[in-house]
Amino acid sequence: MEKSIKKYFPIFALPTFLAFIIGFIVPFAYGIFLSFCKFTTVTDWQWVGFKNYTRIFYVNGQLDTTFLHSIWYTCLFTAVTVMVINVIAFAIALLLTKGIKGTNLFRTVFFLPNLIGGIVLSYVWLMIFNAILQKYDMTIVTTQWTAFWGLVAVVCWQQIGYMMIIYIAGLQTISPDLIEAAKIDGANSFQMLSKITLPLMMPTITICTFLTLTNGFKLFDQNLALTGGNPGKMSQLLALNIYDTMYGTTGWQGVGQAKAVIFFIMVALIAVLQNKMTTSKEVEN
Amino acid sequence: MAKNTEVSQARKAKHGWIITVFMAVLSLAWVSPIFIVILNSFKKKAFIFRYPFGISTEPLSKGWDKFIGGAKRMAAGSLNYSNAVKKTDFFHSFGYSMFITVVSVLLIVVCCSMCAWYVVRVKNLVTKGLYLLFLFSMIVPFQMVMFTLSKFANMLHLSNPIGIVVVYLGFGAGLSVFMFTGFVKGISVEIEEAAMIDGCNPLQTFFLIVFPILKPTTITVAILQAMWIWNDYLLPSLVLNINKYKTIPIAIQYLKQSHGQVDWGAMMAVLVLAILPIVIFYTFCQKYIIEGVLAGAVKG
Repeated sequence: MEKSIKKYFPIFALPTFLAFIIGFIVPFAYGIFLSFCKFTTVTDWQWVGFKNYTRIFYVNGQLDTTFLHSIWYTCLFTAVTVMVINVIAFAIALLLTKGIKGTNLFRTVFFLPNLIGGIVLSYVWLMIFNAILQKYDMTIVTTQWTAFWGLVAVVCWQQIGYMMIIYIAGLQTISPDLIEAAKIDGANSFQMLSKITLPLMMPTITICTFLTLTNGFKLFDQNLALTGGNPGKMSQLLALNIYDTMYGTTGWQGVGQAKAVIFFIMVALIAVLQNKMTTSKEVEN
Repeated sequence: MAKNTEVSQARKAKHGWIITVFMAVLSLAWVSPIFIVILNSFKKKAFIFRYPFGISTEPLSKGWDKFIGGAKRMAAGSLNYSNAVKKTDFFHSFGYSMFITVVSVLLIVVCCSMCAWYVVRVKNLVTKGLYLLFLFSMIVPFQMVMFTLSKFANMLHLSNPIGIVVVYLGFGAGLSVFMFTGFVKGISVEIEEAAMIDGCNPLQTFFLIVFPILKPTTITVAILQAMWIWNDYLLPSLVLNINKYKTIPIAIQYLKQSHGQVDWGAMMAVLVLAILPIVIFYTFCQKYIIEGVLAGAVKG
């Protein structure tokens, strides 16, 4: 059978393969190449070696902290959102698996913001934040911290429903017999949560943690629409910082591309770590 | 013992009631931003930031007539909506978004399922390498390829709603092929062999036998890709010829950037217009959306 299918490569695999070459392979390989070049378009380039990479941190012999600030700001943002989203989503999931009335309706409502795109969502919240903050003579971009908490709120609102759905599915796989047995043995609710539910939920928690982690790292739309990186460039997360470097000023495309390579390595490291953790968990079970 | 269970059941019921009320309040708060936007979309723009959460300029304590008068002064009727439609050219944007999403999703589902089946059934170095490349592409953030991708798309004349579909197929192939291969590996070869012996060629075998079996994964992939493409801002804003073609997210972003002072009345209206189709779609396909998201999250 394999032989007769093999001849059909042009029909089955070639269209996707060609699009994949155009949409991924060539841009990726060429992107790495261009990070070592000075360029304005893809045809007009000049090899400069690692100069773009040093220019990320040193401009005319002076330390430029914009990118470092952006890394630090992104890490902090990601840490806060990972914690807030997972704790609240887990709590809501616990409450919604107790078989109360209206469970389906509540689930539907909590999940809704996830379907609305980052741009639309951010303008909804921009209006609300600015309406509230104007009473204190402030806007969302008055300081980098108003921008920070604004972003956290928007991202939590968007992703809690998503993670809640995954947690609910995980909680439903826990056998009721275990809970029943624990109850008969006289365990209280806190003991049941910490000794039975949480350990059994660890695989799900790992999945959700990494999902929120990569989402936080790659966040762009909400950052662009809600704060635009203001004030100054102080609320730029990594993705927006790269975009701004590449399209904000001419002559900096190479530096932007070099930043993108660093960004890619960071995201790839998270993915490798995730892969290691999930597979080692599977072996244990 | 019997008494004990009665007590615990009574306690459970009482707790259930409290949780329901708590959840009801929380979910109302959860959707309140959307209702505030709907409310504000019917106010004159001068009043949106002065009275963001009220419906009248006068408090109710000043008497009913004054309250109604204040509400009338504030109301804008459908003015914001006609402004929004004019300024963003909303119906064209909606058309472009719809066209790009539907065609891309159809193309991704058909091409990637075919490719996945081929990759699983034909085992050689080419398919193995291709599969690894698909896997690898899933961890690459878009910023890594955005400059080169948009420039190449320009050079290949893909900067239009038809061309961008190819870009979406290419950049979305990783996840889709990965999910389809996961499913195809679980299908037994015997059915396909039987079909081939009965005289089906590989194309017939795929579309008559395999593709129907793939239905659950097809729905998952379609939902995930549709959510991504419909809401995507950065890729189309870089690839498309922006002066001619704006999808809904691009149109909204431009409404803010291009008119000096933001017209918040029109902004509120266009947000409502953008959210409405999503809510309608969600109401009808809720089951599939939630299942799709779940399958996608656990595998991705």
